[in-house]
Amino acid sequence: MAEPLDDYIDAVGRALGLPIEEDWRPAIRANLEVSLKMARLVDDHKLPDETEPASVFRA
Amino acid sequence: MPESAEMSASAIAAAVSARKLSALEATDAVLARIAQHDGVLNSFTDVTAARARDKARAVDAAIAAGKSVGPLAGVPFAVKNLFDVKGLATRAGSKINRDLPPAARDATLIERMEAAGAVLVGALNMGEYAYDFTGENVHDGPSRNPHDATRMSGGSSGGSGSAVGGRLVPLALGSDTNGSIRVPSSFCGIFGLKPTYGRLSRARSFPFVASLDHLGPFARSVEDLALAYDAMQGPDPDDAACTSRVPEPVTPLLWQGISGLRVALAGGHFQKHLFPEAIEAVGRVAKALNATEVIEVPEAARARAAAYVISTTEGASLHLDRLRTRAHDFDPAVRDRLIAGAMIPAPLVDRAQKFRRWYRAQVLELFKQVDLLIAPATPCIAPKLGQATFVLDGVELPVRANIGIHTQPISFIGLPVVAVPVPLSPMPIGVQLIAAPWREDIALRVAHALQEMGVVAAPAPKGY
Repeated sequence: MAEPLDDYIDAVGRALGLPIEEDWRPAIRANLEVSLKMARLVDDHKLPDETEPASVFRA
Repeated sequence: MPESAEMSASAIAAAVSARKLSALEATDAVLARIAQHDGVLNSFTDVTAARARDKARAVDAAIAAGKSVGPLAGVPFAVKNLFDVKGLATRAGSKINRDLPPAARDATLIERMEAAGAVLVGALNMGEYAYDFTGENVHDGPSRNPHDATRMSGGSSGGSGSAVGGRLVPLALGSDTNGSIRVPSSFCGIFGLKPTYGRLSRARSFPFVASLDHLGPFARSVEDLALAYDAMQGPDPDDAACTSRVPEPVTPLLWQGISGLRVALAGGHFQKHLFPEAIEAVGRVAKALNATEVIEVPEAARARAAAYVISTTEGASLHLDRLRTRAHDFDPAVRDRLIAGAMIPAPLVDRAQKFRRWYRAQVLELFKQVDLLIAPATPCIAPKLGQATFVLDGVELPVRANIGIHTQPISFIGLPVVAVPVPLSPMPIGVQLIAAPWREDIALRVAHALQEMGVVAAPAPKGY
């Protein structure tokens, strides 16, 4: 049975032109789950709309 | 005088300058030691013997002619193999990069070390593309821990830790994106300096995460660390992130002592997920410095998460073309992490960069109250090579993902850190001395005071 992230992995893989072999899928999925968990932890921290990113472009 | 191959950089430079030892003798002794022991340590991927002897002869000739050759006269050193070394392909721990043309020019930091009289003897093993905390490498084999060859050297600058801890060279250079200088320093029982982000030029080194990449030195004493650091400072237009600050030498300041400095322990995240050895090491350092105050670093766990997100996504961007065309030539573990990194939605990355600025402001506020924070460098001593998990607080956790949990929140905002080795038995372990941006002098002064007290020291290798 397909895992919940598998459709997403296939779609983004196609969009980016990344070859994804079936043998690699479990490890990619596991890494993606960890990365998304980390990203959600950051996402949960509310910041003011005016917050600048760390890098600030200077002309 | 000890065998010259095992002498400190300061002692070699003094002996060479005084013509008690030639640069060529010092270089030959190091080359012989590498030949004798690197079969076990596997720390070198390239030994540049002919180049080293040529440079050493030039140093000796300059001294004989009465010329000043610099504070690193005749000191052999080696660099992580992501530094450009003229004539070598910059492999950065990978199979793919071996197909690159040979570098046309040395990295800026190599040029500065050699301008100070040092002698490059080779390039060092590392985790593939620096995305590693173990020092293992599927293409070149693992660099090994000099105190127990069955254990990890730490990554990603594993060869740098192994070669300095194993007394093959007195100095090495490495890179640190999330902990890759501090982790090998901790596991191999040596001193490592991750300077302020932007302090040392990264020009002509292979990148990993541009917004987090730092370069810095490893040594077996604070004096040697400072000597190398001072030689490498200064602006460089070839690195967009390099500071325009003039060099701020720390060597003359090491003996100033630590009187008046406010020292505290980093609390919260930095007091969790620790094996007893890490607790013992931090405790020894804190006791020696009379540090009792504990300061909570706000949202450090989230900072670690944000560093993780930025690393995996910037790393994926860097390697996207290679992932498309040469996916089979990567270490599979690195490939699968990078492919996953390419799939993180952009708004989440942007939020990590915004959080970074917020977190920086919070931590800079802390440095109005203290001059130095003490934190563990690694949660544990060096794990066994190939070890996948460890049990901490009754929970089985993956080794790779957890080695850097205490280093990542610090490099995330570019703070300068000296990793100091606490010589526990049977294995050493490191502690981070963390200062405000551009205050490497404070971290190095404290490290020096601890060294003088005998609390921190690089133990003699016993793993081979």
